[in-house]
Amino acid sequence: MSDKLLKVQNLKIGATVYPPGEKPHDIEIVHGVSFEVEKGKVLGLIGESGAGKSTIGLASMAYGRGGVKITGGEVWVNGRDILKTTNSDVRALRGGEVTYVSQSAAASFNPAKKIMDQVTEAAILQGKFSKKEAERRAVELFRKLGLPDPENIGNRYPHQVSGGQLQRCMTALALCPEPDLVVFDEPTTALDVTTQIDVLMAIKEAIRDTGVAALYITHDLAVVAQVSDDILVLKMGDMVEYGSVDQIINNPQEEYTKALVSVRSIEHAEKTPTPEPVLKVQNITARYKGTNFDVLKNINVELHPGQTLAVVGESGSGKSTLARVITGLLPQSNGSVHFAGRDMSKDLGGRSKEDLRELQMIYQMADVAMNPRQTVGTIIGRPLEFYFGLRGAEKRKRIVELLDEIEMGEGFIDRYPAELSGGQKQRVCIARALAAKPKMIICDEVTSALDPLVADGILKLLLDLQKIEDVAYLFITHDLATVKAIADSIAVMYQGEVVRYGGKTDVLSPPFDDYTDLLLSSVPEMKLGWLEEVIANRKMESAGN
Amino acid sequence: MRLPIAALIGLIFTFAYFFVAIFAPWIAPYGMAEVVSRDVWLPPSSEFLLGTDNLGRDLLSRMIYGGRTTIFIATAATILSFTTGSILGFLAAVLGGWADQAMSRFVDLIMSIPSLIFALVVLSVMPVTVPVLIVVMGLLDSTRVYRLARAVAVDINVMDYVEAAKLRGEGRGWIIFREILPNALSPLIAEMGLRFIFMVLFVSTLSFLGLGVQPPQADWGGIVKENADGIVYGIGAALYPAVAIATLAISVNLVADWILNRTTSLKGGRG
Amino acid sequence: MSLLLKLLAQRIALGLLLLFLVSILIFSGTIILPGDVAQQILGQSATPEALANMRRDLGLNDPPIQRYFNWLGGVLQGDLGTSLTSGKDIAESIGKRLGNTLFLAFWAAIISVPLAILLGLIAVRYRERWPDKLISAVTLASISVPEFLIAYVAIFFVSVRLRWAPSVTTINDSMSLGEKLHTISIPIAVLTLVVLAHMMRMTRAAILNVMQSAYIETAELKGLRMFTIIWKHAFPNSIAPVVNVVMLNLAYLVVGVVVIEVVFTYPGMGQFLVDHVSKRDIPVVQACGLIFAAVYIGLNMFADIVSIVANPRLRHPK
Repeated sequence: MSDKLLKVQNLKIGATVYPPGEKPHDIEIVHGVSFEVEKGKVLGLIGESGAGKSTIGLASMAYGRGGVKITGGEVWVNGRDILKTTNSDVRALRGGEVTYVSQSAAASFNPAKKIMDQVTEAAILQGKFSKKEAERRAVELFRKLGLPDPENIGNRYPHQVSGGQLQRCMTALALCPEPDLVVFDEPTTALDVTTQIDVLMAIKEAIRDTGVAALYITHDLAVVAQVSDDILVLKMGDMVEYGSVDQIINNPQEEYTKALVSVRSIEHAEKTPTPEPVLKVQNITARYKGTNFDVLKNINVELHPGQTLAVVGESGSGKSTLARVITGLLPQSNGSVHFAGRDMSKDLGGRSKEDLRELQMIYQMADVAMNPRQTVGTIIGRPLEFYFGLRGAEKRKRIVELLDEIEMGEGFIDRYPAELSGGQKQRVCIARALAAKPKMIICDEVTSALDPLVADGILKLLLDLQKIEDVAYLFITHDLATVKAIADSIAVMYQGEVVRYGGKTDVLSPPFDDYTDLLLSSVPEMKLGWLEEVIANRKMESAGN
Repeated sequence: MRLPIAALIGLIFTFAYFFVAIFAPWIAPYGMAEVVSRDVWLPPSSEFLLGTDNLGRDLLSRMIYGGRTTIFIATAATILSFTTGSILGFLAAVLGGWADQAMSRFVDLIMSIPSLIFALVVLSVMPVTVPVLIVVMGLLDSTRVYRLARAVAVDINVMDYVEAAKLRGEGRGWIIFREILPNALSPLIAEMGLRFIFMVLFVSTLSFLGLGVQPPQADWGGIVKENADGIVYGIGAALYPAVAIATLAISVNLVADWILNRTTSLKGGRG
Repeated sequence: MSLLLKLLAQRIALGLLLLFLVSILIFSGTIILPGDVAQQILGQSATPEALANMRRDLGLNDPPIQRYFNWLGGVLQGDLGTSLTSGKDIAESIGKRLGNTLFLAFWAAIISVPLAILLGLIAVRYRERWPDKLISAVTLASISVPEFLIAYVAIFFVSVRLRWAPSVTTINDSMSLGEKLHTISIPIAVLTLVVLAHMMRMTRAAILNVMQSAYIETAELKGLRMFTIIWKHAFPNSIAPVVNVVMLNLAYLVVGVVVIEVVFTYPGMGQFLVDHVSKRDIPVVQACGLIFAAVYIGLNMFADIVSIVANPRLRHPK
């Protein structure tokens, strides 16, 4: 017991829920979890949303966020049960022995104080260092973490540095008081793929240099495989599997773990282009009203019937703007959009009903893509009424057919969106798009907000439906793993331009342009030691740092 | 849908008030301005349940008829304020552009003057009759409803499901009535309750200052004014309207709170 | 720093523009609406000649725009016109009364503001427990009753039954400060309660908003004591929203003071205005209306300025 830094025994956590129209009541969200962390080791906590990983991470500091309460079990840190100590003991523990790095550094920094003050605050208050020593230590950490101008960056305010830099400042904040254990709560989830790699490497090196132990919480198994020694797989508050990183990645035992490890390994053979494209985008240049720079510069891509063109890029690349131009929500300043053999009017108002029917769109956030006051039946039924004049029994029959196609049944017709799960909501949106019998569907980051396994389900469904309905997809995403699974052709976008375009195999084979190289190498692979390889091969400075 | 106790009580009292207001002539024991006694400021008795007022009239009847006047004016003004404010607010949100700018700046201008002051200025030149009161109060308050309706509509307008409807090719009518309105109803109805309370307070204040309902017509604010002199003699006749107004206001407040809480949970997790 | 100055200058310019437009609104409100002033002054039995003379004297025959600029010009020079009913110079009559009104409003503000902040802190500290619920209940009751009724309730119990303070509050310069304050203690208390009730809900919301921010959680996870967290992290970020709330609610003071002065027959501007509205004394109404509106606009502008200045993104741009 005494050489284990952190020992969690049968931890139980509860919360109060407020379901609409009912009385609030208490439920248990973590059902007896046990694990250990030794000095200098990293334990990865992995699971989908609702697994309880953040809650458990915070519990190791005897903290419950937002009304969550620890209801049972023991948490031993350095030989004492922190769930049973006094308040002042707990306060001494936090910021001293155990520190925390949150998911969103931007929100976690006080906007009214300088960075240096906040980074050194805990170290000074815990009495471990004097102000001068703490500041010296902070500058040293800034340098180790690869921050620009480490001597002076502490004098800035949080809003004056970028997201990736702020995340590293938060890591410095956690390491400054020389803690025994750091809880990393999804530290890179909110960052761009290319930034994520640098921050991940910085964290890994910092852990190695300082010999600190860590809990690394994330939903991305590939990421956690890069930094952990051991992994604990969680699902809905239960332990699924617990073992060394080698065992979990290379020899998973449980079904759930196997599913997580094999995520995005969907195979999809590339199709050859047909003679006539269903969508032809030529020389499109566009800008937003009131700005003086082009968001899209001379875009040229094609999409063939029944196939998928994946448009890949990070935030700010212009991929979503391209969708807006194609649908007519943003008129282009130059160039043309040619769809289903006709020239499309720039403006939504100038398009015919047929134009609008044949081009459908599915959104990233299914919650807000559906009117919360309409039933599933109304949502799917409206395009049937509007485009085909279907009514009554005929309409209902078609709705049921569509519900079957999306693998949900007739029983969902009278449900409201709020009653559905994330995956189900997105399926209803897919059914709504299909109801119009379109030639092409624009999928705007449709799986980005979903858990990996649910996202896989949606991708499989989309591929199946493509075969049945012969519909083309313009698939917008920032996730290269998805692209490999679903695309026939790929366009890589960077800062408003297409930097690489062609068939899937061509685009994904070397030689690469600098940006595509950076992008491809930034996607974490389910392979031990991958991170070190990447950093060794880095050629280009990623933008945004 | 379960009704919490507070909302139930609020609903019951609100209905009771409106019931009495509508059926006043059949409920009040005496006439609105009927002098029933030679003695002014009689204490409550079995004959006159609240006693008599400063002119020897039955105070209970005055209060009942007063409630009728006050509630009638407040309701009419609220309806006017609400229809004007919501329609213009929605239009501003959906039309956007210069129409939105023009209307919003104008509303800002009117709201730069406190309502009471504005009302006083206008009432110094207009005849003080009930229709004038309703129009002045209603139009002044419509500015607040405009702001709320516009904000709610703008919030909803940027939702993806509204964009999806636009992309489908739906006309403006469908978008306003089938997409925006159903989602805007709850916060608006809750606000309607609050505006009603404000109207009750407003018309009472104006009547108290002598610029609202004119005697002998009964009105809660007027009743206070008439009986105010009795206060220094320890006569509490002028305080009855306080209880009446407070009960009505709190009841409507409880109902409005309940409606507001229902909305946020129906959206399924979105605040 | 220059972005900050630019925004401030813009806001002040906007305030002045607003004041200008409001003056037009007030002026036109009184001349466009039906109701012949001359008729109202001279009564029903006035002869046509008398009416014509009165109209000429009052300048009612001049085009409206010219009348407006005459009035505006006068105002800017400190000449607020002459009262129709008393014939006295308005600026003179208002002078003393404005002082009285500001005196009353000042003391109400000075008590209610710290109290609102203190109660807001208590409500947040004991959120959803009995102190919070009690405060919420009392404020709800207070805003459900019109100010004049609260005033009469206060008079009834405090002045008549308990005899602690007077109900008629004429003050004059011969009184000492203490005597003055005692005389107007009930009006101050009532005004304070009214403004406090409105302010409370918003200060509670503003403080709660800050306390629920992510950086407060970070501070807690650093093991800081609650007092340190509030003082070093919550407080600096609360100043702007709380000052904002205070400024916006002091506007209630402008309206409340009018009613309170009438109830207590206090010799201030509010009572002056109400008297002359019934007498349809247009010049007085215009002048008082303008002054009240100017104060209201000024308070709102000040609230905006504090918001701008307190924003760290504007004080230290990238």
